[in-house]
Parts: sequence; C-alpha cells; structure tokens
Amino acid sequence: MADTEPTAKPKGRWKKVTRRAFLIGGVTTAGGLAVGVGLLSRAGTGIPEHFAKAGADGAVALNAWVRIEPDGTIALAVPRAEMGQGVYTGLAMLIAEELEVGLDQVTVEHPDMHGVYTNYALPMEGAGLFHAENNPLRWVMAKVLASVPYIGTGGSTSVIDAWTPLRQAGAAARTVLVEAAAQEWDGDATDCQAAGGKVVHSDGKTTLAYAAVARAAADLTPPSDPELKPASRFRLIGTSQPRVDMVEKVTGTATFGVDVSEPDMLYAAVRHCPVKGGRIVGYDASAVRNMRGVEGVVEVPGGVAVVADNTWRAFKASEALPIEVDAAGNGDVATAAVTRDLQVSLDEEPSHVYEAVGDIDAGLAGAARLVEAEYAVPYLAHACMEPMNATVRLNADNTADVWAPTQSPTVAVWAAADGTGVERDAVRSHTTYLGGGFGRRAEKDFVLQAAHVAKAFPGRAVKLTWSREEDIRNDTYRPAAQARFRGALDAQGALIGWDGQLASQSVEFEFGERVLPWGGGDGSSTFMNAAGAFAQPYAMPHCRIGHRWRRHSVPVGFWRSVGHSQNAFFLESFVDEMAHAAGKDPYAFRRGLLNDKPRHRAVLDAVAKAADWGGEVPDGRGRGIALHESFGSIVAQVAEVAVIDGEIRVERVWCAVDCGVVVNPDSIDAQMQSGIVYGLSAALYGAITVADGRIEQGNFPDYEMVRIDTTPKIETVLVPNGDRPGGIGEVALPPIAPAVANAVFAATGQRLRRLPFTLEA
Amino acid sequence: MAISLRVNGRAVSLDVEPDMPLLWALRDELGLTGTKFGCGVAACGSCTVHIDGEASRSCIVAVGDVAGSEVTTIEGIGAPDALHAVQAAWVKHQVPQCGYCQSGMIMAAAALLAENARPSDDDIDMAMTNICRCGTYNRVRAAVHEAARVIGESTTNG
Repeated sequence: MADTEPTAKPKGRWKKVTRRAFLIGGVTTAGGLAVGVGLLSRAGTGIPEHFAKAGADGAVALNAWVRIEPDGTIALAVPRAEMGQGVYTGLAMLIAEELEVGLDQVTVEHPDMHGVYTNYALPMEGAGLFHAENNPLRWVMAKVLASVPYIGTGGSTSVIDAWTPLRQAGAAARTVLVEAAAQEWDGDATDCQAAGGKVVHSDGKTTLAYAAVARAAADLTPPSDPELKPASRFRLIGTSQPRVDMVEKVTGTATFGVDVSEPDMLYAAVRHCPVKGGRIVGYDASAVRNMRGVEGVVEVPGGVAVVADNTWRAFKASEALPIEVDAAGNGDVATAAVTRDLQVSLDEEPSHVYEAVGDIDAGLAGAARLVEAEYAVPYLAHACMEPMNATVRLNADNTADVWAPTQSPTVAVWAAADGTGVERDAVRSHTTYLGGGFGRRAEKDFVLQAAHVAKAFPGRAVKLTWSREEDIRNDTYRPAAQARFRGALDAQGALIGWDGQLASQSVEFEFGERVLPWGGGDGSSTFMNAAGAFAQPYAMPHCRIGHRWRRHSVPVGFWRSVGHSQNAFFLESFVDEMAHAAGKDPYAFRRGLLNDKPRHRAVLDAVAKAADWGGEVPDGRGRGIALHESFGSIVAQVAEVAVIDGEIRVERVWCAVDCGVVVNPDSIDAQMQSGIVYGLSAALYGAITVADGRIEQGNFPDYEMVRIDTTPKIETVLVPNGDRPGGIGEVALPPIAPAVANAVFAATGQRLRRLPFTLEA
Repeated sequence: MAISLRVNGRAVSLDVEPDMPLLWALRDELGLTGTKFGCGVAACGSCTVHIDGEASRSCIVAVGDVAGSEVTTIEGIGAPDALHAVQAAWVKHQVPQCGYCQSGMIMAAAALLAENARPSDDDIDMAMTNICRCGTYNRVRAAVHEAARVIGESTTNG
C-alpha cells in the first residue's frame, strides 16, 4: 500500500454547507465547532478572516492553517515566533505530513491573532494539565486561554502543543480536497489518494492539483476528527528537512523587527532610568531639540524617548539628553548585598517546599558520610543579537498596528492598546522574525514604549530601538540564585537522600506584576524558580527541596530554561560530589539510582557510549557527566575540558537527547548546539552585577560570550522514545554547566561551585 | 555637502553628517536592512560589510570616511535566486537559526575566502570573531570549509 492511502470518509456522509451562513464575528465556522478529540481539537474550528484574505485573488483557505493559492502554492499559518528554534519549519512539517505536500511546495506566514491559534501547552504543560484529558480544570483553563486569546511561544512547548491539532489540520484539509476531486470525477473518495499537492485517481492516470479543487473542497464539511497516519507511514516527520526560512536568512531579506519600514516612519531611542527601581523625575528636552533630525521628546514607561528621522540621530540625542534621577531608595543596591541576602535566607524556613519524601532529617542524622555544599549563580542578561525594538502606528480610525519581534502577540497587542489608548480588538499585530528571544521577548516594555511614542505622533509609524547598552542594562534578568545541599550516604556509599534549599527572586511573580492583567498573584508559587531541583529522576528514600522567595530591585524574567538554568548546575554538581564522596564513578553512581527510570538510564548510557566514558582521556584533560530532565525531554552530556594557563577550555561535548518523537533531526542537532553554546557562555563568562543601584555591564566587551574559537566540538545522539514530543529549544542548556564543572574537577581536583567559573591560581 | 560613494555597484549620494556610522546610512538612509545593528562598538560583527573588498564593521566607520569607496553589503553579493558560494554553503549546512548575525558572518567569510582560498581552522578562528547567540559556530566553520572547497573547484575547472 502506498504511503498516501486515502483516509477520506465515504461519500454519503458529506454535505455541502453555505459558508456565508456561518460567518460569526469574523470567523467562518465551516461545519461548526469541532468536537471529538477532546476540547483541544483545533482542526476546522474556524477560519480567521485575515488568514483567509491574506493570499492572492482566488486563494482558498480550507481551515485556519491551510490556504491554497491559485498558483498551487500552499500557504501555511504558523502562529508561533520564529526566533531561531526552527518552529516555522517544524510546525509546517506537521501540517504538510498529513496534507501530503512537500516543504518545497509551502510558504509559511505568521497569522494575526485569533483564538484558534492559542498555545495551550505553554501555560498548561508546567502545571501538568496539558495531557490530563479528564481534568475539568484543563477544560476551564482551555476556555479561558482561547477567549483571551493567548498566543505565546516559550517553555519549549510549540511542537508539544501543535503535535495533534496541526496534523489534524493537514488531514482535514486533505480529506476535503480528495473528496472534492472524487466528486469532480463522479467517483468515490476511496478510489483517490493525495500525493505531492495533487489528488490522484486509482486509475493512476487522472490527477487534479489541489488548486483546481480547492474552491469545491471549501464547500465541504471537513471531518472534526480526521484519522491521522501511524508513525510507520510518516514521510516528513522524523527526517531532516531544510529550514523554510533559510534562503531569506542568508540573503539579508528576512524581515526582523528592526527592519520594519513604513511610509513616513519615525525613529525613536529610549533613555531609561539607570537606577533599578528608580525613576527619571526630570529631563531637559531643549538640550536636544535642535539636534539634527530630532522631532520630539516623549515620556514613556521606564524612561524618556527621543524621536528623530534616523535611528542614529535618535541614539545620539537620547545619550545627550540631560536627565534627573530619583533612586527611590535603591541607589545603594550592590551585588554583594543581594548575594548576602540570598545566602542568609538559606538559614530561614523555606517559603515553599516542592518535594518532601521520607524523613530527610532522620536520613541526614543517620548518615555514615555527610556531604555539604553551597552553590551560587549571578544575574544574567539575554543579550539577544537583535536589541529590543517595536514599531507602532496609531491610525486615524482609532485603530493601531504593531510590528514586533515578540514571543507573544497577545502581550504586544495589550501593550500597543495600553500605550496608544485604543481598544485591544482595534490593534492589528504583525509578528516579524525575532533576532533571538530566549524569554526576553515575552515582555511588553519595548512595545509599550513604542506605543506611547506613537500616540504622540498619530498617523505615523514609530520604530523604537534600544541601543545595546540600553538593552543590557534594562533586561529582565535570569535571577541570581543561591543553593545549599546536604546529602547522606550510608556506610556502603549508597545514597540515603538529600536536602536542597534554594533562594532567588520569583520569575513568575515579577513577570505577572509587569505583564499580566491579573498581576503576579500572591506569590503562593515560585514553582518555575525551583523547577529542575525537584522531581528529578534519582531514587532515594528521603528527599526535601525548598525555595525561598526574595525581593530585590533588579527585575527578573524568563531566561532560556528558566529555573533549570541554575538548578541543574546545583543538583548535578552535587550528585557528582556525592559520587566522589561515595568513591564511585560519576556515571555508575547516577546509573545506579535510575533502575526505575529506563528512559533516563537509556539517555545516560547513550552519552556514555558516545563519549566512550571510562576510555582513554587525553593527557591534561578531564571529563564530566550530567543528566537533566526539562520541558518534557531528557538530556545527558559529557564535557571534556583542558585547563591551560589557568583557563578552562571546553574541547568536546557529547550530547544525548530523548525528546520523545523526533520531528526534524537536523533541527534537534542545531538546538543541542545552541543550548550548549548559550549555557557555556553563562558558565564561562556570564555575570550581570549591580553597583549603586545600576547595572555595571553595558555591551559585549564587558558581557563576553563564547565565540567560534571557544566553541567545543559537539556531537549529538538522538534517543527517540514514545509517541509524543517533548521540548527542544531549551533542554540542552541545563546540563552543560555542571558537565563542565564536573570535568574541571576531574581534570584539576578543583570543585567549582559558582558561576561564572573562576579557577584558583 | 553630499557624500558620494558606491554601494553594491551603484553610485549613491548622501546628505548626512559625515560622522554618521556607515551602518545607519545603509539601513535608514538607503533602506539596505540586510546589514544588522548588534552593538555599535565593533564587538559583535553583525554589521560587517566590505569596504573596497575588506571586511569592515560598519557601525564604527564614519560614512564621511568612505566617500569614494566601494561598499558591498549582503544584498550585493548574491540574491535568493543567485546565491554566492558562501550563501550556498550556508544553506547546505543549514547554518542560521534566528539568522540575525548571519549577514555579518557571511560577509566576514566571503572576505576571508577572497584573500585566503583554503583557510585552516585557526585562520577561521582569527577571521570569524562575530558573535552568534544561537551558537551556530560549528556549522559556520563547516560551511566556510565547504565554500572554500566549492570556490576552489570552480576556479580549477573554469
């Protein structure tokens, strides 16, 4: 049987509907709301008008994701932010798989906001609700999210969220195309199959291109619960596919936020209050008003914007603008004081306990060998290559347009509405490519500022761009964090358990306060900041993990892998210390704790095999191993380091990953390299420090990162498993810092417990 | 007084301050947005262009200082339907992720290969100091070697 076996329903069940009759609130509900595969089924739930009309004359949308252009091109809607992770390609593959088209036949567009494009997995996956099919809370939450609507990209959730509905969208569209062709031939759908953007009759000779039957197909009712291919018949999923955004990105033709250009556009730069938690209480606009090209000075949340006819002129004038600052009591904040507060808080009771198994106090009391260690990490900036920017125009009809490189069009629309004063549903969002996101572009500040300036210049698009210095100094940082671990071994070196105590600011609370209409809540959860420290796979009779919620003036936010970024370093360093204390090989020690965790053990084994763990290591080098689960995927890494003239050189990294179903292997390989390099920059160099309430770093010379000469050779092994995808964009980052720390210990005997690494002379 | 130079083979005349960085003249005055702003202090290489054939960080080059020069940007070395050998190698190795730094990477690589047909890994380390936050460095290296090989073959054969 060919791999294009038709899955269309028999002819008799199909009826024609008048699409016009179902036009409700801008949504054509072709066939009514889908039911069937649970409430998260999104195939055929309606066609957003803007997607239907975005094509050429004669284009036909078959659902919210598939539009057939008259020239035969298949336009696919991918409502997620392409920030490097390959989501345009990965999600297009899911649709194209079932639609029976090749990626070379499709174009991808980021559609305008609509409830049908809601990302349910992003808020639900962390809470364990996304796959909880029978939980009523999930049903309620889904309704709320769709009504917002909540469009967001983050938490490595895009493929997790899209896995079923986007394949259904492709299958539903294919089904009506096949049926329409069968009707054209006066035959039966079971005698037809779809392949390469065409419907082929079983006679093997007669074919109809999708474009030829699209109009007729649109009048058919799509199935609400289309049958999906078994994995054995996948022709795209699981194969390396070239990125759909590749040619644009090598020719300079991809449009990022900073590249937006509208007629009669103005350019703005922002001067922020340099003191965190302070504010600008005065400025002298007259000092810059006569500078060439300057068109105005506008107060915006967080600072003052200078508007000009060119970005550089706006930068120059904003730097020249005299400002007066009220530190609001935060003028003496310094890194040392924050560190001390976090450290001292470890002696207090935790505000939240995330794991309490057995009786750890008894376990520690009965230990033959006690291991204690404290670890610390600093604040970190995202330093996306594209500095924060957004373009907003307030239109004469009291609507607004926002062009933003944003991880959440929902947040961008809220901010554009707030800043311009128009209603939220009067804002049209245009999501550009993102020059990096890493969590920073989930924020609203840059859009809100652009909207405030746009309000002052009605009718003119205003592109607001931060200088690199403003970008580094006005980030929402990865929190500084401190940890204390105490572990117990018995006389035979077996693990009794550990007590891990953490302290940091709360990312979710502060993000909520800044961005969400309902605020940050009461802080009753600091879950994301402890994530990765608890519910890790190792078996032990006793375990306790607690976290202390602290407040400081330096704002914190989502930073690639969030709590996992520091907690994997704490935990996997500590596991290594326990292994050495037990006199055991670090790989064997971990493996011995994973008897009930076959997937974790398989990943650990895969990386040990790839690296030939236990084999010969070149002279002067050491190897370290680390294992970590995050965002539904399991990653293990072995790092090989050399310490040369007091400097750590990471020479090689082996990486094994179980991300469940593999969609695009080449993309996974790229994301493993990406997470490792990003994490390595943090481990080797990254530190944002504060003095006199101000961020001390401002640009790449003082916020250094890994470059080509410091990038290790990286080899990735895929360990596919199961029938459901896990995350990929963040999961390679957490294990790299501990793998390197553990390797440095193997090479030198020095245990590095603080990031960034500093070797003793 | 207007500043005259050639950009991608075209004569252009700019009525701007001579100390305006070439980057902003290209992006905001000429609409050539393929060249990116990353740092403004020549630290990241996103703004790399060729000035009279030499890789230069356009964010610290005053436009007045390149009067009479030939400037080539990413738009000038190839097009979507006519890729430069370096761009083709980038596609083959699927280098870009977010893609923001890649114009600068490609311009640095093209300049390197124009003066060193077979760069070693050390040569690449020395010439390609651009920052990529997505961590595409290993693929950048592979693609530079690939482009060197392809250019070398076409020179030998043609």
